[in-house]
Amino acid sequence: MPLPFEKSIDELEARIRDMRSFAQEQDVDLSGEISALEQRLVTLTRDTFANLSRWQRVQVARAPGRPTALDYLTRVVDDFTELHGDRTMGDDTALVGGLARLGDTGVVVLAQQKGRDTKENIHRNFGMAHPSGYRKAMRLFDLADKFNLPVVTLIDTPGAYPGIAAEEQGQAWVIAASIQRMSRLRVPAVSVVIGEGGSGGALAIGVANRVFILEHAIYSVISPESCAAIRWRDAAEAPSAAEALKLTAYDLLEQGVVDEVIEEPIGGAHKDPGAAIETVRVTIERAFAELRSRAPDDLIRERRERFRRMGRFLDAA
Amino acid sequence: MALERWFRRKRPTRGDDDASPAGLWLKCSGCHAQIYRKDLAANLYVCPECAHHERMPVDARVEMLADEGSFERWSGAVEPVDALGFVDTEPYRERLTSVQQRSQRPDAIVTGAATLHGIPVALAVMDFSFLGGSMGSVVGEEIARAAERAADEGRALISVSASGGARMQEGALSLMQMAKTTVALEALSERRLPFVSVLSDPTTGGVTASFATLGDLVVAEPGALICFAGPRVIQQTIKQDLPEGFQRSEFLLRKGMLDDVIPRSELKARIAAFTRLLLAGIGTAGVVPAALPEAASTEPDDVAEEPDEAIGHDEDEEAAVRAPAV
Repeated sequence: MPLPFEKSIDELEARIRDMRSFAQEQDVDLSGEISALEQRLVTLTRDTFANLSRWQRVQVARAPGRPTALDYLTRVVDDFTELHGDRTMGDDTALVGGLARLGDTGVVVLAQQKGRDTKENIHRNFGMAHPSGYRKAMRLFDLADKFNLPVVTLIDTPGAYPGIAAEEQGQAWVIAASIQRMSRLRVPAVSVVIGEGGSGGALAIGVANRVFILEHAIYSVISPESCAAIRWRDAAEAPSAAEALKLTAYDLLEQGVVDEVIEEPIGGAHKDPGAAIETVRVTIERAFAELRSRAPDDLIRERRERFRRMGRFLDAA
Repeated sequence: MALERWFRRKRPTRGDDDASPAGLWLKCSGCHAQIYRKDLAANLYVCPECAHHERMPVDARVEMLADEGSFERWSGAVEPVDALGFVDTEPYRERLTSVQQRSQRPDAIVTGAATLHGIPVALAVMDFSFLGGSMGSVVGEEIARAAERAADEGRALISVSASGGARMQEGALSLMQMAKTTVALEALSERRLPFVSVLSDPTTGGVTASFATLGDLVVAEPGALICFAGPRVIQQTIKQDLPEGFQRSEFLLRKGMLDDVIPRSELKARIAAFTRLLLAGIGTAGVVPAALPEAASTEPDDVAEEPDEAIGHDEDEEAAVRAPAV
């Protein structure tokens, strides 16, 4: 289903498809007309996506059909093998972890997985991890350190799950601990925000040496809906909240929260998942090529300094 | 994450509104008894009727914890900016200005050096009355600096949290303070200096999910709301009633999340005792306490004597707290 602002793009695509099948059925040459329409489609898509409001970008970040973490994993790394369980109380299906190969090195991978349909969404708890997910992340960080395996994390979550069990099991405690554990990794760590970077639940696996974000992904302290409910006392003000929160990829680059924006195919990653996935692969490989020769102490120090610098204030001293 | 509104609604008619003309008598938000304001302050803002722990003004908190005359303020050099140009029903910049004028503080935290029963410490005390104690760039920076300076000067860090979470008006920059405060604590860890985190009512969201739960010891005051997601958010998500006492200190103690729940009147003595023990490991007794002043002798029986000493001291402290500056 197209997003509201994609409607005219969608209609144009449909017209091109119709014209193609008409040309084929009737065996007439409409290639001139078709290529003119295709040109218009490119321009329309590019213009539409260049001028998206922040709220519209939130919708792209959450768009059905946008590649999910597992879609990336199948092509960004080779031989992904999932490793289950936190060794304490369960296996969280919203936060997937495992081993894989990237080029000539083994890597530990952590990825927040949303569903591609309702059934999978329920299975994945809509990408919202319980404490068990972060405990699994931490045990895999241990594994990464022990075997000198670089860490890749793919971030895509509305947030850590706000539920009774999650609170009882120490959601806040495990997020803090995961932030701390990841900051202490002795191996290179790279994070990519591929969709929604939802607050502490995202940051818990985002304390990397390099943090990338896809062009239409978002990263925020709170969802626009919750922010609107609190600050405007009206969830319908979510578009205003999205504007105020400055949560788009380029906003975050400007704030120094991310290191680089990864461009998406025209019309967003959901229009051409293959191309989006390939760009992410190249970016991650490039980052590791740069980081792989660093000494563990340097990696830790640089990662700490990266996060220690965060924030804006006036310093009178 | 920030839960300011929720707290504001639940907020009883009491507390830090010194400007209010009706401020002589307060209603306890636990038992609803009418309490003479000065009696409440003299009792460390704990209801004399039902022992309900009211939120405590920051200056009174500092006075309660620091040995008399020992507190030396560190915070205040950094001031918040409106990095995002955030406007909701009112511009963030204006909100800041008005709360700064009222509180006479640049942001929602006070840090400084002190001794606590003779132990050199750094104190970091959050101010819930300042935009819900929310953590933006300045709060994060002050905590980070306090941790680093404490490490430099050989002090233990004692934090008292009271916060609605990350400050949403500073967007992802606030979120990043969770990581910033966490990495700043490493300086203390490396020097094996204790960090005791006290959670007071309320400690929520991004503060709970970062430095506040990373103490070597994490303790809470009785009845404090301590959570990641607030009760209202959870209720909206699951559409069920929440269990009795959910997300309160005693509940979290039973769930294994806290080292202990400590009444306010005992807090200073217990923190001092904890800190002395943490500094008294094998082979460290002769090393770390070198940073302590003469008062904190390194004789082995110093630890054993501590509790008695502390209680005596606290009575003096109570007197000092009668006229808090806030």
